[in-house]
Amino acid sequence: MLSVVPESADIAAAADAPDMADVALQTFALSLRYGRRQALSAVDLAVPRRRITALIGPSGSGKSSLLRCLNRLNDEIADAHVEGRVLVGDIDAYAKDTLLHDLRRRVGMVFQRPNPFPLSIHDNVAYGLRLLGIRRRRELDERIEAALQAAALWDEVAARLDESAFHLSLGQQQRLVIARAIAVEPEILMLDEPASALDPAATLRFEELLHELAQRYTLLLVTHNMQQAARVSDFTAFLHQGRLVEFGDTDALFTNPRERQTEDFITGRYG
Amino acid sequence: MDRLHLSQHISRQFNSEIEDVRRQVLAMGGLVEEQIAAALHVLVGRDAAASAAIRERERRVNAAEVAIDEQCAYILARRQPAASDLRLVLAVMKMLSDLERIGDEAKRIAKMAEKLVGEESGAEVTASLAELGSLARGMLRGALDAFARLDEQLALEVMRRDRHIDETYRSLFVVLVARMQQQPEQIPTELDRLWCARSLERIGDRCKNLCEFVLYLVRGKDVRHSGLAKSDAPPAL
Repeated sequence: MLSVVPESADIAAAADAPDMADVALQTFALSLRYGRRQALSAVDLAVPRRRITALIGPSGSGKSSLLRCLNRLNDEIADAHVEGRVLVGDIDAYAKDTLLHDLRRRVGMVFQRPNPFPLSIHDNVAYGLRLLGIRRRRELDERIEAALQAAALWDEVAARLDESAFHLSLGQQQRLVIARAIAVEPEILMLDEPASALDPAATLRFEELLHELAQRYTLLLVTHNMQQAARVSDFTAFLHQGRLVEFGDTDALFTNPRERQTEDFITGRYG
Repeated sequence: MDRLHLSQHISRQFNSEIEDVRRQVLAMGGLVEEQIAAALHVLVGRDAAASAAIRERERRVNAAEVAIDEQCAYILARRQPAASDLRLVLAVMKMLSDLERIGDEAKRIAKMAEKLVGEESGAEVTASLAELGSLARGMLRGALDAFARLDEQLALEVMRRDRHIDETYRSLFVVLVARMQQQPEQIPTELDRLWCARSLERIGDRCKNLCEFVLYLVRGKDVRHSGLAKSDAPPAL
């Protein structure tokens, strides 16, 4: 098995690294080009299971590109070229026999702006379940309720499941999108700037929800908000110009980062 | 010197807040050093006139402690500092209380020394007290320099000097106890001297704490209770 700690890391880094038996997702020398532009360079990242890992870095550092590699969203882009390996559990994401819909069920995604489908609240959550072949009304309803409960939205929508999802507030829509993602029981939930459209109180409630979700799911969170990364994550990965500069325990990274580049970024110094 | 790049934030306002805190700590340290010098002037120079100035300076030291503490709280609330910025604020908040207590020790020395001005202490004891005083003052200056320059080698060197103070204090203790046994009527006076010596020894301990916070600031590692000063000692010359 390949080394899972970035090459430049020292012994302290190995101590920070999660127990490898409990890695939900792992990349090996993952590189990505869009045409001639190198978006990611040889990223080795191990994402701990049922923990919140934050991806931080300046704009263009490759955070969103990395997420898009993990569930192969880049497949839709003609000139995207991926090298290296991505293991989701023991599934090789880019292997020929890996089914795309199966990979995307395992690796759910929540975007910056809530993107509910133009359907009822109920049908938004039912959407993925129906794709999985679940048709029986009772089972559907049970799983929809469970997902909405887990997304901390059930109490607010239980009486109006047939209303359009667009009637919900932004914060509720974002929780609905999470309910939709977790209804199909993913292994990993990726969130790309999920709270940036929310007001401060909704953001705090949303962060609380992330903590609860991390009891059952592995969360990978891209955020521009350093304080948010510091508040909610267990581990933090810092990317810069497509490279993984530093990965470690969030407490350690925010009090005593090993790399000067990380220090400059999290303290707002000239990079 | 800016080894931690403390003045390279994108926000110039933040740079000046950080710089201001450092400058204020050094100014407060300077006041505390003056307190020690004045206390020694009463104790060794037998000049009670310095006492009034000490009480006045004490008020300035206390005011500085409160002002810097407040500034640190503002930085925590408004800037949410991380990494070396966070360590600077945390280190300063802890250093403040040690600095303030060094000032208290100096005031205590001056108070007891006032009573001793008319008493003959003998050349040996006077020399020992003077040596203790000069060691304590030197440690404080060293600790402040180490903080100003973020110089971990200097911090380690100052921490090692504490042993010298401890030894000098122990020898003086033996001498003073012997004198108390020989002349029981002198016990109150000798006790005052002993308390002065004890205060100087405590100043050494507090300077060692200051250096530990400098090391925490520079290295990002808490070295308290770790025997670090010993293990990092360079080979004997």
